[in-house]
Amino acid sequence: MTELTIDPILVLLDVSSTGELATSAAELLGAAARIGTPVAVIITRPGHGQDAAMAAGVQGAQRVLVAETPEVDSVLAAHIVDGLVLAYERVNPSAVLISNSIEGRDVAGRFAVRTQNALAVDAVGVDCDDEGIIVHHSVYGGAYDVDSAVTFGTPVVTIREGGVEDRAAAANPIIESLEYVGTGRRAATIVSFAPEPAKSSRPSLRGATRVVAGGRGVGSAEDFALVEQLADVLGAAVGASRVAVDSGYVPHSYQVGQTGVSVSPQLYIALGISGAIQHRAGMQTAKTIVAINKDPEALIFEIADFGVVGDLFTVVPQLVSALIATKD
Amino acid sequence: MKIVVLVKEVPDTYAERRLNLETGLADREANDRVLDEIGERAVEVAVSYAESHPDTEVTVLTIGPQAVPTSLRKALAMGATSGFHVLDDALRGADLTLTAEALAKAAERIGFDLIIAGDVSTDGNAGVIPAMLAERLGIAHATALNSLEISETDIGGERETSGGTITLTASLPAIVSITERHPDARFPGFKGIMASKKKSIVTVDLADLNIDSDADLPRSIVVAVSARPARSAGLKIVDEGNAGQQLAEYLVQNRLV
Ligand SMILES: Cc1cc2nc3c(=O)[nH]c(=O)nc-3n(C[C@H](O)[C@H](O)[C@H](O)COP(=O)(O)OP(=O)(O)OC[C@H]3O[C@@H](n4cnc5c(N)ncnc54)[C@H](O)[C@@H]3O)c2cc1C
Ligand SMILES: Nc1ncnc2c1ncn2[C@@H]1O[C@H](COP(=O)(O)O)[C@@H](O)[C@H]1O
Repeated sequence: MTELTIDPILVLLDVSSTGELATSAAELLGAAARIGTPVAVIITRPGHGQDAAMAAGVQGAQRVLVAETPEVDSVLAAHIVDGLVLAYERVNPSAVLISNSIEGRDVAGRFAVRTQNALAVDAVGVDCDDEGIIVHHSVYGGAYDVDSAVTFGTPVVTIREGGVEDRAAAANPIIESLEYVGTGRRAATIVSFAPEPAKSSRPSLRGATRVVAGGRGVGSAEDFALVEQLADVLGAAVGASRVAVDSGYVPHSYQVGQTGVSVSPQLYIALGISGAIQHRAGMQTAKTIVAINKDPEALIFEIADFGVVGDLFTVVPQLVSALIATKD
Repeated sequence: MKIVVLVKEVPDTYAERRLNLETGLADREANDRVLDEIGERAVEVAVSYAESHPDTEVTVLTIGPQAVPTSLRKALAMGATSGFHVLDDALRGADLTLTAEALAKAAERIGFDLIIAGDVSTDGNAGVIPAMLAERLGIAHATALNSLEISETDIGGERETSGGTITLTASLPAIVSITERHPDARFPGFKGIMASKKKSIVTVDLADLNIDSDADLPRSIVVAVSARPARSAGLKIVDEGNAGQQLAEYLVQNRLV
């Protein structure tokens, strides 16, 4: 068995503009450790490499290849692809794992074409058996589990953010620098970056264990405070339906569903959400679903473990007080 | 300006979608097939540019089964100039590599200054086709744009990234993909529908594009499929003044707080 799990698995880690590893790093390294030896690639701006490499070690990278280039701030994806190709040639891995973030998908698509490898996307897990690497997917809103494999070559796999529970043991990594010159392929230019206003202390939606989400029934951006209040009592992340997002109650990144984030928390509370099939596609794999909706016919009740037919503006405040009371 | 818009026919998301448990392919009988909503938005972006720039040609390009021309007609009725359909049995269940190869060769055949795609398809959930095409075609990509400006020589737009928003530009030729923050597609009016009947849809197969689907390249294949048991409804109460209290008790009892 052990000889199956010693192959290097190349893992591309996303780094933020302030130099921190993305939260997907722990998941990618965890997935890699399950099928081999995690070898991380970090391509970041000058001065950020060493700290990011150490952080990757804490999350399980046995070896880290680091490249620093100012181009990551001015050229879209090109230098990251070039660096990853070089790392791939150096390491000769048995799989390449990349985050299914927007940035990760760009890199994965180009990398797979350039190295002529097959691509498996939006994976929620990886395993290996004596025939090679098996990639697990959850499709059509969690209605089906699908396994895929590649016929030969090195699978390039994008991993759903918040989709993998495996974590690797901390390692003391060998850190190498990856010197390279970009291949200068045509690429888009990054003109500017506007950081978003300071993040709240709430857990992020992806990978959250509890989620409280609001829909059109919440009615306004001001009243969304009620959703947030319940979330804070529960230590939950805040989500929303597409209508709530389109109506400007909350930012786009809160959207749960088919074309938003897919979540699988222990607890999902839907407030003023009808339960349209596209919304359900992003949350129906939650362990326990609670819904509050004044329409007894709302579709959300078909999948709710505990449904309340009622007005969220009376039920939620009472729930919040009751929860605070139990805490004392 | 020549714009190619990539549209995909998908199972309608308003009904339960099914996979064939033997083949792992979408069960074509289970749902109506429709133009993916994001592709309709991409057509909208192209035709509204064409409206204010009359020498623009918009070709909608798709890979899909025989039924596809019906949904291509909708894009033509919205105002696209013509359609291009890659139809070949070997494309049933094609993996991303083969899909990207066929789309890239078709786009080259059509000729373009700009390609507009959706960011992610609702059935594939991949979000990689635009970048794969960019690599094959040797052009820049600017994906997942929440806004897009097109000029004769460049495109520009904004995309969300972790921790903020970035503004991008790229010189043409380029490929962009747009998010659902772009406006809904227009309803094709009667005039559009009538006009679409005279527009042409070119159909080609893989041989026409010099593609060998049996080429010795790594492919991604489905090896197992299983259906999860459907969820069922649990307890449902009607609020009679103490539902908040009851719900709190339920959460506490089930150790959910
Ligand atoms: C391709 C595609 C992708 C999509 N992707 C997504 C997606 O990712 N996520 C998503 O959410 N949707 C998505 N949608 C949209 C989806 O079809 C629905 O339109 C949307 O989910 C509805 O949002 P809602 O439940 O907030 O609004 P509505 O359907 O309008 O429901 C509002 C609910 O609030 C209840 N309500 C009103 N007032 C109160 C009150 N005071 N107390 C209690 N209940 C109240 C009403 O009874 C109603 O059930 C997608 C659609 C398409 C076509
Ligand atoms: N079979 C196809 N035919 C035409 N366009 C496609 C096809 N598959 C993907 N695309 C385009 O690529 C985008 C992203 O798709 P995907 O990478 O499958 O999520 C879609 O929104 C389409 O614009």
